Amino acid sequence: MTDNFTEIRLRKRYRAEKRFKIYSVSALILALLILATLISSIAISSIPAFTQINIGIDVKMNDDQILQFEEDPENVSWRSLQKKSFYSMFPNVETRKDKKELNKLLSTGAYIEIKKFYLDNPNKLPDNNIIYVPASDDVDLLIKDIIDRDLPQDMRTISDNQISYLDKLISNNRIKKTISWRLFSNSDSREPELAGLKGGIVGTLLTMFVTLIISFPIGVLAAIYLEEIAPKNKFTDIIEVNINNLAAVPSIVYGLLGLAVFLNYMNMPRSAPLVGGIVLALMTLPVIIIATRAAMASIPPSIREAAYGVGASQMQVIVHHVFPLALPGILTGTIIGIARAAGETAPLLMIGMMAFIVDVPSKITDKATVLPAQIYMWANNPERSFEYLTSAAILILLVILIMMNLLAILLRKKYERRW
Amino acid sequence: MLTIYLIILLGLSFVSYFYGKRLIRRRVYEQKVSQHSRDSYHGLYLSLYLIIPSIILTLIWLASSPNIIDSLLKSKIKNSLPDLSLGEINILKSKVISAYDGILPVDSEQMKMFVDFYNSANIISTNFIIIISALVSVSFFLFALNRIRVRFNARSKVENILKFSMILASCVAIITTIGIVLSLIIETIEFFKIIKITDFLFGLQWSPQIALREDQVAGEGLFGAIPIFIGTILITLIAMFIAVPIGLLSAIYLSEYSKPKIRAIAKPMLEVLAGIPTVVYGFFAALTVAPFLRNSGASVGLSLSSESALAAGLVMGIMIIPLISSLSDDVINAVPQSLREGSAALGSTQSETVKLVILPAALPGIVSAILLALSRAIGETMIVVMAAGVAANLTFNPFESVTAVTVQIVVLLIGDQEFDSAKTLAAFALGFTLFIITLLLNVLSIYIVRKYREQYD
Repeated sequence: MTDNFTEIRLRKRYRAEKRFKIYSVSALILALLILATLISSIAISSIPAFTQINIGIDVKMNDDQILQFEEDPENVSWRSLQKKSFYSMFPNVETRKDKKELNKLLSTGAYIEIKKFYLDNPNKLPDNNIIYVPASDDVDLLIKDIIDRDLPQDMRTISDNQISYLDKLISNNRIKKTISWRLFSNSDSREPELAGLKGGIVGTLLTMFVTLIISFPIGVLAAIYLEEIAPKNKFTDIIEVNINNLAAVPSIVYGLLGLAVFLNYMNMPRSAPLVGGIVLALMTLPVIIIATRAAMASIPPSIREAAYGVGASQMQVIVHHVFPLALPGILTGTIIGIARAAGETAPLLMIGMMAFIVDVPSKITDKATVLPAQIYMWANNPERSFEYLTSAAILILLVILIMMNLLAILLRKKYERRW
Repeated sequence: MLTIYLIILLGLSFVSYFYGKRLIRRRVYEQKVSQHSRDSYHGLYLSLYLIIPSIILTLIWLASSPNIIDSLLKSKIKNSLPDLSLGEINILKSKVISAYDGILPVDSEQMKMFVDFYNSANIISTNFIIIISALVSVSFFLFALNRIRVRFNARSKVENILKFSMILASCVAIITTIGIVLSLIIETIEFFKIIKITDFLFGLQWSPQIALREDQVAGEGLFGAIPIFIGTILITLIAMFIAVPIGLLSAIYLSEYSKPKIRAIAKPMLEVLAGIPTVVYGFFAALTVAPFLRNSGASVGLSLSSESALAAGLVMGIMIIPLISSLSDDVINAVPQSLREGSAALGSTQSETVKLVILPAALPGIVSAILLALSRAIGETMIVVMAAGVAANLTFNPFESVTAVTVQIVVLLIGDQEFDSAKTLAAFALGFTLFIITLLLNVLSIYIVRKYREQYD
């Protein structure tokens, strides 16, 4: 063994060391970069969805309409009021075809804003009012510079005439950009400029409520039994193996279970948060059981022995001492499990929770959809505006989930005890 | 009606808790004997005896009454309209139910009769269960009230109820498994009555669309599952090819090289990656990754399908990275420090320690982590539904569009489901296959850990 040989070999080994370290560092950086790309690409493409273009139109009711309104607001023909008011701002537009094109600048739900305005301000009935109503999605995209107005007419969804009308509106200062609060106040719609997430958010809340009230008590009771009470025998062995296996069953299989048992066999209502909640509860159960057991196992035996020493029964030891001490850990596990359930889509597709539902559900047996299912439906929508809406919905879902996880982390930080 | 009853019951049981407490106090005071159980146990004993029988009866009724009322309605329809076929009866029945719910208008005299019948059947059955459960509850309550004495062992009674409910809760896991297995097996057997099992497992053609006319050629639909199995395998392999090296190397970096500060930041970030819902990954795959791959493929002269296996596999790999990295991180951390020190004392560099000492010691755990990740990838649904294709395509070319088992389950089951068509049953057969495969992978991963784990401490 010459010195030279050692030297060369040593250098080689150090190079290998360096190489390996670079590999592993770059793997981690790559993983984090992917995370950054994922979040930023969705965040960027969601920006257009958070603002909304409104067009101000001059509305003046005639005496007939005022009378009708005072009788019953439903009697007023709001659509024609909207059309007539809008046409009167463009006296040059005369042919039927042009008028139709002009009207297409406004959202099909524009008249609802006019109705809302008069219901809120009945004292302004006889006045000349400027009412801002949502523009159609094409106008929205054009003003946000997503549709290029320099393209030839047949390559964009908005015509030259329409652009000239728009330019007139812009020069008259009748275009207003607002934050699209309707994302939270409207429910689903075929029109991207009217579609909101309220139905999905309420549906998710109802579903998670069902999931929580089923999976939390059952999961905690089962975990206490398995961790503290159960004798070591075949029966408890089977239960334990079972729980571990259930944790690894693909979520779509739970959907099949829900379809076959709850919908087909028990005749429960389709698309209802009740069934969705039960299915997700069964799916979350293993997570909660495993987390609860871990939390209880970390309570030192000395606590139990001290309680036994002063004459407590087994149940008293558990209920008065072990359970309260393990509660922060149990809640952390439960929140993480519920957050996972809240992002789940596949099993809910099986039981019909992705139907197009306009009404906001009010009870757990109503037809409803959930936030992830709504994201899935919007993502399948070919209209371009829905792409931005989908990104916005994802961002909202992620914010909700991250807040839940943060809550779990804070809880753990605050109440964590080292024994 | 039922809700009001349950709320009243809840209120009563609340009251009876305090009543039980006061009762035992008074008895102790009168008799001057020391009591066996503390006051609150007597209160709990009373209130549990009041509420539990009612809850159980109501749950049984909720589960069974819709079916009973349905069949009553069916026989009523059958009696008044004897010449309807079974299918027509079912259609009329669901019409009546929707009319009852207010979705359909009650348009005819006959309809009104059925709706009234359905309505009164519902009211009668609700009243019936309320009266029965109230009677049962009251008798249980009186029984419990009668037993309250100073020396009565209320504590162990209450504890037994609690313990029994714990055992019941543990059985939910078993019931769920039985439910899954039974529901899958029953439908799968039905499916194999229509389609031969060999045709399903070894057939090379998958086109489940049932013909519209009976005399149409290939009126059965073809259910050869090989192309979709191949599709799943292809996508999963791509995913593992991405996730295993990246996940494993990041775990090695985090546990062996990184400073605690970096670890404190990077580990939660990876957990964020694990917490992102799969529908988001699916959207990312369809919106960003697939067009990117197609464009970059086009620029080097490759033609990629817009639903290529590569895009789905790539994103699925990204989804699995945190799973592999966090599981392997745990395993690597569990390798005792003395092994590292021993290796360093022999003069090996850190990478040599990792490669020659730590990885072999952690291998069973890492393999089991990879197997778990594999089973997660095979069962993953939303990414492939949104990014992979629907048409079954027997190919190993990652640039082409393939379909996956989970995609087919979703495609077959979305829309109207009739439980006697081969299409619906095929979804259950696929689900059963999926269940078996993931179960085997899970069992294998547990077995590997148990068999090959070395005890170092």
